[in-house]
Amino acid sequence: MTDKKLKIATVSLAGCFGCHMSFLDIDERIMELAEVAEFDRSPLTDIEHCGNCDIGLIEGGICNSENVHTLREFRRHCKILVAVGACAINGGLPAYRNYIPLEECLGESYLDGIGVENPQIPSDPELPLLLNKVRPIHEIVKIDYSLPGCPPSADVFWKFLTDLLAGREPVLPYELIHYD
Amino acid sequence: MSKTFTLDGQPIPFSTGQTIIDAALDAGVYIPHLCHHPDYTPHGSCKLCSVIVNGRVCSACTFPAAEGQEVLSHTDELNEDRRRITQMLFVEGNHLCPGCEKSGDCKLQAVGYYLGMHDNHFVHFFSPRKLDASHPDVLLDLNRCIFCTLCVRASREKDGKDVFAISGRGINKHLIANSASGLLKDTDLEASDRAAHICPTGAILIKRTGYTTPIGARDYDHQTIAEVSLERERETHDG
Ligand code: SF4
Ligand code: SF4
Ligand code: FES
Repeated sequence: MTDKKLKIATVSLAGCFGCHMSFLDIDERIMELAEVAEFDRSPLTDIEHCGNCDIGLIEGGICNSENVHTLREFRRHCKILVAVGACAINGGLPAYRNYIPLEECLGESYLDGIGVENPQIPSDPELPLLLNKVRPIHEIVKIDYSLPGCPPSADVFWKFLTDLLAGREPVLPYELIHYD
Repeated sequence: MSKTFTLDGQPIPFSTGQTIIDAALDAGVYIPHLCHHPDYTPHGSCKLCSVIVNGRVCSACTFPAAEGQEVLSHTDELNEDRRRITQMLFVEGNHLCPGCEKSGDCKLQAVGYYLGMHDNHFVHFFSPRKLDASHPDVLLDLNRCIFCTLCVRASREKDGKDVFAISGRGINKHLIANSASGLLKDTDLEASDRAAHICPTGAILIKRTGYTTPIGARDYDHQTIAEVSLERERETHDG
């Protein structure tokens, strides 16, 4: 309770974990990070709910009701909330389904698709309901920073976090800004 | 050629009839733009080139330079406006860059990079638009069209054809191909036409050429659009 390590939480919503993988590409620099920061809720820790954190990193957009709840939990608990990667910023590849009515998408996957056996639309109450459209996260809660890229490179994570940790306003140099 | 105006305090020489943007380009100063190309009649639609001329906001691509004018371009406020305009273009169309062949060579994207745009700020329209793959050599994807009309002007002014036009108004505005069927394959567009190569975005693509340039060697991987534009557009302009 005495150390003043910064708390970081991360989550992947409608994403592919590619941004998390890219984050891990900071390689041995993660040791340096571990000296000054610790992870709260994250796929790296298995903590289920987000406690009070300094920084929340959100990968992926919003495709179902559970995503909305998780995103709101992060917003409530994180001082700084960051949209990480194309999907969080503009919906990304999952948003390609936005151009096809949801009913047709479900029909193709679970009723009429090639090789479908026992066709039925999954409706277990445990399953989160799909949203009509995949949405970027800034359309649901306020976002403080965005890290573009599909995925953002390890250097983007590093530059952003080291700037924040040093108390500087984070700035990405030209070579680190990519939308792809 | 002794007439000059000032651009962000720097004297810029110009010849009679020249627009602010073309005089700046000749003097090696970049003003952000998307619908403008020095080889074509100005259109003045994207408003990215907005500058302040003697206290008033004007489009540098349509406004004639005049002796003693004081023009401001690279102010924080104008660049913030330009960033918002670019974000509007992104949410109005469907720009999913990771899946676009033009990525890395796209002027819309490059303007975003240049302006330090990290997100799209506004609510996305996600409104599906038509994709016309009927032409054997040219793909037309209206999801990425920003209505700059460069293809319209190129076809008319350089190719001596009239392949493209803008139809509809406001939210219903869209690019059309000039043929009875409305399909690109029934127009007289050829892959060698200027109109097939002028698109600043990935709305008009030459088929079977995608991803031939590796990441790292694309137009805007290491150079900003300011540098590329000054290099290329000055060349074509003079030549
Ligand atoms: S046209 Fe440009 S901005 Fe649009 S998706 Fe393609 S690369 Fe991205
Ligand atoms: S297709 Fe390309 S060149 Fe033609 S109006 Fe649209 S963006 Fe401009
Ligand atoms: S470049 Fe001037 S309005 Fe588009």
